[in-house]
Amino acid sequence: MHIAEGFLPPVHAAAWTVAAAPFVIHGGRAVVRQVRDNPQTKLLLGAAGAFTFVLSAIKLPSVTGSSSHPTGTGLGAVLFRPPVMAFLGTVVLLFQALLLAHGGLTTLGANAFSMAIVGPWVGYGAYRLVGRLGGGLEVSVFAAMSLADLATYCTTSMQLGLAFPDPETGVAGAVAKFLSIFAVTQIPLAIVEGLVGVLLFRILRDVARPELISLGVLKDEQPAPSDPTRTEA
Amino acid sequence: MRGRRRMPSVLLLVGIVAIFALAMVLGSTRADDSGETFVGSDSAATAQIEQDNPGYKPWFTPVFSPSSGEVESGLFALQAAAGAGVLGYVIGVMRGRRRAEAAAVVRPDAA
Repeated sequence: MHIAEGFLPPVHAAAWTVAAAPFVIHGGRAVVRQVRDNPQTKLLLGAAGAFTFVLSAIKLPSVTGSSSHPTGTGLGAVLFRPPVMAFLGTVVLLFQALLLAHGGLTTLGANAFSMAIVGPWVGYGAYRLVGRLGGGLEVSVFAAMSLADLATYCTTSMQLGLAFPDPETGVAGAVAKFLSIFAVTQIPLAIVEGLVGVLLFRILRDVARPELISLGVLKDEQPAPSDPTRTEA
Repeated sequence: MRGRRRMPSVLLLVGIVAIFALAMVLGSTRADDSGETFVGSDSAATAQIEQDNPGYKPWFTPVFSPSSGEVESGLFALQAAAGAGVLGYVIGVMRGRRRAEAAAVVRPDAA
């Protein structure tokens, strides 16, 4: 989903930067507020950021014969809500643009928009929707993780399609073309990301119960974690 | 890992590995034009842009570029290691915190 440095025409690059900036600034304030008002969740916040950091560094092979990387933004969106991930995701993208020549400064706005804004919001929406439909916490987390991943790559395809319309089929044709590069490759990876997310969530549920309760992710009606006879649904 | 859970964690791990194995087998039969397999989808998109828009010149170049593929994968590995390290540290600290809390609750009863 990293659009390479200089690979968006200046007008597009500027427009996506302007579109992403308010989300990222708002996200930065959300992070500060989170740390100040809820300091006991600081460690979990670090975990959410670190998870994105790890996953977006690992390029994995896929069925299409190309490889791609997960985004890891869904978990943080579930735990801390999407604005926090707008900031954390952009920090990761900035790191990769500066040190790895992966993505870029001119495309930072577009990349932040797909990975740090659309992905987390879609993931959070999926989490709430599945939860409301009675899908259970783990299914909700799976949906959040995998759809945040997939939505990020669909957004990138749309951004590239808008910037480089096909001479014959126009923007729609170009979007379809970029979707065929990104989205199909991403489907198995999104499933893997969802499964990894559920695994990590299980660990967090064991070690971070009070923090998750204070974040509203778990309800405070469960027995104490030391009670081995009962467990949460 | 106690209790009734819908799917054991081991099964989730097996699923992850199985998807990769499948991807490796299915994907390895599909080489791109240069005969390379598992090229990054990001670079595939860049190649597509260059192919369809031969007139387009990137108007900005990366401030810093890793000098070789080896350096680049090393830096990626560093990113993953840093993230995994922080994640492991956080989980360890929180687990220790829970143990300490449990001990603090148990001790008065034992005494």
